[in-house]
Amino acid sequence: MAENIISLQGVTKEFTTKSGPVVALRDINLDIERGDSYGIIGLSGAGKSTLVRTINLLEEPTEGKVLFDGRVLTGLKSKELNLQRRKISMIFQQFNLLMQRDAVGNICFPLEIAGVPKAEAVAKAEELLKVVDLEERAHSYPSQLSGGQKQRVAIARALASDPEVILCDEATSALDPKTTRSILTLLRKINEERGITLVVITHEMGVIKQLCNKVAVIEGGEIVERGPVKEIFANPKTKAARKLFFPDAGEREMPHVRTAVKNRLRLAFNEQTAYKPIIANMILEIGEPVNMLYANMDALLDEQKGQMVIALSDDKEIAEKQKAYLMKEGVNFTEIPEDSDYYDYPVNGPEEEVSE
Amino acid sequence: MDAQTLLKLLGEGTVQTLIMTLVGTLVSYMIGLPVGVSLITSSPNGIRPMPVYNKVMGFIVNVIRSMPFLILMIAFMPYIRILIGTGIGTAATTAALILAAWPFVARMVEQSLLEVDPGVIEAAQAMGASNMQIIRKVLLLEARPSLLNGAAVATITILGYSAMAGTLGGGGLGDIAIRFGHYRFQPTVMWITIIVLVVLVQIMQEIGIRVAAKLDNRIN
Repeated sequence: MAENIISLQGVTKEFTTKSGPVVALRDINLDIERGDSYGIIGLSGAGKSTLVRTINLLEEPTEGKVLFDGRVLTGLKSKELNLQRRKISMIFQQFNLLMQRDAVGNICFPLEIAGVPKAEAVAKAEELLKVVDLEERAHSYPSQLSGGQKQRVAIARALASDPEVILCDEATSALDPKTTRSILTLLRKINEERGITLVVITHEMGVIKQLCNKVAVIEGGEIVERGPVKEIFANPKTKAARKLFFPDAGEREMPHVRTAVKNRLRLAFNEQTAYKPIIANMILEIGEPVNMLYANMDALLDEQKGQMVIALSDDKEIAEKQKAYLMKEGVNFTEIPEDSDYYDYPVNGPEEEVSE
Repeated sequence: MDAQTLLKLLGEGTVQTLIMTLVGTLVSYMIGLPVGVSLITSSPNGIRPMPVYNKVMGFIVNVIRSMPFLILMIAFMPYIRILIGTGIGTAATTAALILAAWPFVARMVEQSLLEVDPGVIEAAQAMGASNMQIIRKVLLLEARPSLLNGAAVATITILGYSAMAGTLGGGGLGDIAIRFGHYRFQPTVMWITIIVLVVLVQIMQEIGIRVAAKLDNRIN
């Protein structure tokens, strides 16, 4: 077992606004292990940006403790806190580079703050520009760089202080899909090759799928579900998680998935079952067609995962045979009751915890 | 008055005006720059909120700024006389200039620093920068072009104040315009001093714009 590098214990954050106090985070308990690439996903306003800012105390929690590498950060004097912050880097949606400094100058900035001699800092900055594949832009200013290039400079700057953790606050949300992929690949490489723990804040499932091994789903300032990405993807227990993981299965796009058809099953395919023609074989063996209502395959890091909604035969006996066949093949499924929302029932049945 | 006397008069006046303006601006910045920075850092969203200080300093700045320069100068002249021993001439005028200009400078600085992206300040905080490092390496550096433009405006304003001070025996070009141009009915002298002032303002503004643009790395 790896040890926890970040641990939030009972963290609550309240903001005072003109219309009274607003609770942004409520009793958050979260452990992030060294080497994790931990995703925190939620819709806007869920509290995920506030959450990531409590880790380096840019937001001071109203209640609760923040631990970094076994050390309590909350309540530290600013001098000591600043020393700890040097081990926790951060990258941002809007890059937040110094406009008056070139790429090398920006990367040197955290080293300057730490009092590293200039020649040493410049040498390191140039080396890091190679890591982010931007050597030729060493003396370009941010105004001369594209969004993706700016984020690469920001990543190099984040690496400069040899951090143990990088907090990524919507780091790809301002970038186009192609640039997003290349930045995510770079971050994954940093996580795998340097063993730097990532905390990834996003509202996009794609980011979690490409980058993270674990995920926490945050809604209304609370973590409603958490665990390995593979498990949550295969079997999201809460409605919030299902909405985030399968946004396009919503009622607006596919009303038929929602209510119109009887005998619906929601299937989950894993690495073992995703590549087999299970549905086709079932139709051939039982001799009865099934109605396919929704299907989706996805790559999680390197594994295939699939989701499907089908409608079984109206004939009860045949439907039982179909279910038995799926069970034999190792496909997880849940029956979706008539007139109920696709999101309402997890794969292993409605008896498990369902949050509002 | 023959041309040579006039030229000598104008030369002396210009030098006096420039000395009053430059010394006045320099000292006003020595006071106004830290005050402007402190107004930003002590604001509710600043890096070190200090609500009481922010309110009090903001009030002092507003009170002095709301007094017209000539009134302020007349009102404070007795105290300036006690302080530096004289109520007329360039030294007294410079003291009055500083008194009137530092709050103006503080507000100019505050406005320039407001333009700095809060995200960049947040990034520096996340890196573990101290407040002093944020002021020196982020706020003042990122706002440099705007601060320089502001400095040109402040210098020109102070030049204008110094000319006004001439009406109260303050020395410099304003003094010449009043004494010769107005009291002795020599419109030529009046217009020549005006032209010299216009030229000075143009030069200062040009220098300000050029230096600011040269030191701004955002435009390329």
